[in-house]
Amino acid sequence: MTTSKKTLSHLDWLEAEAIHILREVAGQCSNPVLLFSGGKDSLCILRLAEKAFRPGRFPFPLMHIDTGHNYQEVINFRDQRAEELGERLIVRSVEDSMKRGTVVLKTPDEPRNKHQSVTLLEAIEEFGFDCCIGGARRDEEKARAKERIMSFRDEFGQWDPKNQRPELWNLYNARSHKGENIRAFPISNWTEMDVWQYIERENLGLPSIYFSHQRDIIMRGGAMMPANVPLTNGEVINVPKAGEQVVNMQVRFRTVGDITCTAPVISDADNVSKIVLETATTTITERGATRLDDQTSDASMEQRKKEGYF
Amino acid sequence: MSNHMQHNDSLLRFMTCGSVDDGKSTLIGRLLFDTKTILADTLTQISNTSKKRGMEAVDLSLLTDGLQAEREQGITIDVAYRYFSTGTRKYIIADAPGHEQYTRNMVTAASTANLAIILIDARKGVLTQTRRHSYLAHLVGIPHIVVAVNKMDLINYDQATYNKICADYIQFAEEIGLAAARDIRFIPMSALNGDMLVDRLENMPWYTGETLLEMLEKAPAAHTEQSEQFRFPVQFVCRPHASSDADLHDFRGFMGRIESGDIAVGDAVTVLPNGYQSKVKAIQLGENQLQSAQTEQSVTILLEDEIDTSRGDMIVKTDEALAPVKQIEAFVCWLSETPLSTARTYIVRHTTRESKAKIGTIQYKVDVNTLEQQPTADLKMNDIARLTFKLAQPLMVDSYKTNRATGAFIVIDESTNNTVGAGMIV
Repeated sequence: MTTSKKTLSHLDWLEAEAIHILREVAGQCSNPVLLFSGGKDSLCILRLAEKAFRPGRFPFPLMHIDTGHNYQEVINFRDQRAEELGERLIVRSVEDSMKRGTVVLKTPDEPRNKHQSVTLLEAIEEFGFDCCIGGARRDEEKARAKERIMSFRDEFGQWDPKNQRPELWNLYNARSHKGENIRAFPISNWTEMDVWQYIERENLGLPSIYFSHQRDIIMRGGAMMPANVPLTNGEVINVPKAGEQVVNMQVRFRTVGDITCTAPVISDADNVSKIVLETATTTITERGATRLDDQTSDASMEQRKKEGYF
Repeated sequence: MSNHMQHNDSLLRFMTCGSVDDGKSTLIGRLLFDTKTILADTLTQISNTSKKRGMEAVDLSLLTDGLQAEREQGITIDVAYRYFSTGTRKYIIADAPGHEQYTRNMVTAASTANLAIILIDARKGVLTQTRRHSYLAHLVGIPHIVVAVNKMDLINYDQATYNKICADYIQFAEEIGLAAARDIRFIPMSALNGDMLVDRLENMPWYTGETLLEMLEKAPAAHTEQSEQFRFPVQFVCRPHASSDADLHDFRGFMGRIESGDIAVGDAVTVLPNGYQSKVKAIQLGENQLQSAQTEQSVTILLEDEIDTSRGDMIVKTDEALAPVKQIEAFVCWLSETPLSTARTYIVRHTTRESKAKIGTIQYKVDVNTLEQQPTADLKMNDIARLTFKLAQPLMVDSYKTNRATGAFIVIDESTNNTVGAGMIV
């Protein structure tokens, strides 16, 4: 017997935990899928999946629920990354759900984040997935702070915060009956800072909008919004209304989400190490700075998750 | 009390035990605030809420306010996880509600913690709930206990009262065997003012010990204090079968996380339960080839011989082998609203292995407040009992005292798939 005197660094520990969770999903579930948006958290998970399963193929396909409100460069990056990995990418879009009539918008330009739940549940049913792996972190939002690493959803995709499965040691219970679903969160215990440090250490590529760039901005609802953004379908979104002034600014995005509700921050950080430094000194939380849909009420994330959101 | 706390740069998981009245939420809020984890927008948010509720100062306990349902009822109903970092160390706090009916939440939070902060209200001293929290921390094997005597500001920072509470606690800790088994430290504090958490402040010059944060910074991480045997439950077997790549044709990698001990290339190993023997040919982590690997690392192990091995098997060192068992004796905390039924068959999940299991005998249950052993025929939610399980499949177990990973299991109800019990093997 020997004593392990050296302890793992916090990044090594978090990495080992996440790999363990991914392998538990592979070992316990019969038809899992990895949700991949091209955003920084899901790019970390792809790296972790490589470390978990290579030289084998991933024991799950990748899937993106596309709101249609995405930056072209993020979509390109998503496709490029899937191709480099040689893994299967499934794309299901909110716009198809709109055509089917299962998603009905109140106003044409409204944020579509919450509508992703409908498209996600439709895709889960279409493919019979019993587990979706996602990049949510507990430090993002207070409703997430209480969610399990393997989180059970019923037939309607609903999360019941008062009736979660107890989760002890590292003995995860990913069992489900047909029609039910597990959401697995391998980087639950990571913070925004951990994610950036990991991206730096592993030298991971990212879509360009994460780095400082010049962009036309309008002020809308008290937040900076990117103006005149071309969508993948050729439309242009966030067109300035009468009286809204367009200013060209140096900005970057801290999160990648629906264009209509994801605000950039003013920044000159044009590489990962500068972003790490900026993350260490920022005074505003990731979602506070950038996610307008979480600010509707004290409980908006909790509400969305109960309805099947990630 | 041991005195070998050492410095390291890794990660510490700890839990806080106490009820709302002990100032637990304030303590966590203060730790997050004083380590500058709380950012301006969150502070503005809770400051607005404090004003709305008619409070003069910012109520730091609002930082740990969780779900809508909890805010409505003004209680905590579930374990929440919080994070902060000091630059030298990352911390994961498991914040568990302290009431008796939440024993199961405390056990859940304790299962991954290496240190517990047990809060005592300086005005009230050692209470029944202090005993309950201490017993549970002990049962779940948390090696380091910090007894935090809080609200010192409300007793004028009186040293004599503090000393009396410490003496009372030590006496009780000796009664239950906690004092001998665990590293116990004491600290006087006021979470509300911030005395002795991150900053010392000037109110208690008579206390010359470490601040809470100093204790946390120096507390040993899990697995660093005693030598442990190598235990590697196989999670997944990688067989790429790539016809295009001759190197991969015979690749057979056993993937898993080292639950304890360490391993090096060339070590003689045995695969349980079948007992096949081989040697470690290679250890991989991502694209890196390792010469050795240690506790908590997730790696891929390749063996010299072609051995039929699958998920649920366990690789151990040949000179540290253990005999698979088909009966286990354990302390079990019941987690489900549906009581245990001795007539039913359950699933026991131990490491990566599952077995059907039936209850043998229930020896007694433990009153978590008085620690009395009582005869019982059934087990309800939050009960803790010593009992035996008969197993359909052999398991490779260690006693929980020697190994918190291979000594632990969960009980699953096959009809609902719920996790209904947590077990610690005697």
